[in-house]
Amino acid sequence: MGNWKKYILNEKIIISLLSILISLLVAAIVMLMIGKNPLVAYAALFYGAFGTKEAIIDNLMKTSPLILTGLAVGFGFRAGLFNIGANGQVIIGALLAAYVGTMVASYPFYLSIPLVMVAGMVGGALWAAIAGWLKAYRGAHEVITTIMLNYVAIFIANYVVNGPFQAPGGVPKSPAIAYSAQFPNIMSIGATSLSTIIFVSLAAIVVVYGIIQKTTIGYEVKAVGFNPYAAEYGGISIGKNVMLAMAISGALAGLAGTTQVVGVYGRYFGALGGTMGFDGITIALIGQNDPIGIGLAAFLISSIRTGSNQMQIAGVPKDMVTIIQGIIIFLVATNRIIKTLKLRKRKEAVEL
Amino acid sequence: MNEWIQAIFNVFTNPTFYKSTLTQSTPLILAALGGVFSETTGVTNIALEGIMLMGAFGGVMGSYFTGNPWYGLVLGTFFGVAMAALHAWASIKYGADQIISGTALILLAQGITGFALVELFGQPGSTDLVRSIPLVDLGAFKQIPFVGDIFGNLSPFVYIAFASVAFGWILIYKTKLGLRMRSVGNNPEAADTLGVNVYNVRYFGVIMSGFFAALGGAYLSIGELGQFTTNMTNGRGFIALAAMIIGNWNPVGAMSASLLFGSATAFNNQLQSQSVLNLSTNTQYIFGMIPYIITLIVVGGLIGKSRSPSADGVPYIKE
Repeated sequence: MGNWKKYILNEKIIISLLSILISLLVAAIVMLMIGKNPLVAYAALFYGAFGTKEAIIDNLMKTSPLILTGLAVGFGFRAGLFNIGANGQVIIGALLAAYVGTMVASYPFYLSIPLVMVAGMVGGALWAAIAGWLKAYRGAHEVITTIMLNYVAIFIANYVVNGPFQAPGGVPKSPAIAYSAQFPNIMSIGATSLSTIIFVSLAAIVVVYGIIQKTTIGYEVKAVGFNPYAAEYGGISIGKNVMLAMAISGALAGLAGTTQVVGVYGRYFGALGGTMGFDGITIALIGQNDPIGIGLAAFLISSIRTGSNQMQIAGVPKDMVTIIQGIIIFLVATNRIIKTLKLRKRKEAVEL
Repeated sequence: MNEWIQAIFNVFTNPTFYKSTLTQSTPLILAALGGVFSETTGVTNIALEGIMLMGAFGGVMGSYFTGNPWYGLVLGTFFGVAMAALHAWASIKYGADQIISGTALILLAQGITGFALVELFGQPGSTDLVRSIPLVDLGAFKQIPFVGDIFGNLSPFVYIAFASVAFGWILIYKTKLGLRMRSVGNNPEAADTLGVNVYNVRYFGVIMSGFFAALGGAYLSIGELGQFTTNMTNGRGFIALAAMIIGNWNPVGAMSASLLFGSATAFNNQLQSQSVLNLSTNTQYIFGMIPYIITLIVVGGLIGKSRSPSADGVPYIKE
């Protein structure tokens, strides 16, 4: 019981919750300024995210990859690395998964599914490892290299799905992957399907929690993130762990891309990466790099995004969601603002 | 092979390539100079992309409401300065993680411009056409072959960009304020001991970065086009960041790298239109990734070496 209370009143959790609350308040003020009723807008948002079975399925399907990019960015943070390149890793992972997926038609599902998943994770891991290598052995800041790698990945994807790996017609896309490599749906309502990929994301939460808390890899990576010089003095190689952390982070992002290929589109489709990378940053920050926190934060961001269409119908442009996200990140970054507010309150309390 | 030589020859002998290099480089030069101002004083600013976007939107908004594009320029730079001030306030006063604060500003800019676009113009995607800033017509000079074609009818932004680089270089390397900026960026403790107000100098650097990046953004919207479209900066803020790094945090270096990236884009565009090659459209993507790969090679120290100010990105907390 005491532990539970300590967990809930943890300063980090309070900062996250206050950041979310303040951002929703600021958004409400903006809505009032444009003459809209924020209560109506938020009710529409809530209905859009939870009001119907379709909405809930849509919401869960959006949550699923966001958990993975959130875990990817969060794992990087644990190692003291800012992986702003989850987007590129999602893309390369998805491309490689789709490519392997088209070649496994003659295999049974218990071979083709693992092959495709491994391909996607390796794709993301290798792409991130480039930034890891440049950081560990060439001293290049990972923020810059991962941003650049994002753009290179986008151009590669555009090149291949408009050329050598193209399926005819409409939106740029790859050929469909083999049926044996696709994840089955749990249920479908109209055009909306709940795919079993959601279990991949939930499993990833457990696995990442295990890696961080229970393995030597997790311990060393955390040590390097916490104090690289002390870690090195203690016999932990900084370079090796920076590369490893980037690779694991990239593998998680690559897995996010893979789930979209095997569970949503059945192929590489359009601009598959979307805003998953930036969303992952928001989610990791709200979740305070804790796997369970990240799971909850992913659900929150997904709910806001899913509900935003309904909010738009109620007259508030859905870009409001991006503003809310921006404010949350800004407040988490400046957590000392919130701490100062709390400190002032305490001082006042003492004076009283 | 012969077609390639022919096509490349065609591109390089066509004045359009050189003019396009200048116009493609202009927003990069301005934003990269902005980056130099901020990071020289020790504050990382990855939000250039967001600031440019606000500058672009403010430009169109001001021009739309007043009918005068110069007021648009004023509003655009004001928006940029406001964004930068927010970043400065978070990173300097509250010692925020500057990368996270920058990420927040990029998202805020995307959200605010997208939101305001729908609110003011009634639809997502793009604004109405507004008056853009008139080009500088050099009159009889235009008649000179080749050179006249390049310089005869350029946007004033092009001249402003190069003048800003000269201004920035002189300010940073030849004035007392510049010396303070560099000392604050390299060793804030020492600067503080010598009586330099670290916080004020950093505020100055970051706010100037907002001003210049917003100018670069405004060029995209009211420089020639007279319109704002969703996310129209399209990664130019990040290329500018790369130009600043390759240019070794020096205004002239940043300008040179911007010109290199601008010429790569111009070359790509011109090459696509060479009928002798008959390129399939997806080759543009291969050429499109060149600036990013160059940046990776340079920051990896595989060619040359770039060195950031020592205290770049490190919050300074006065004891």
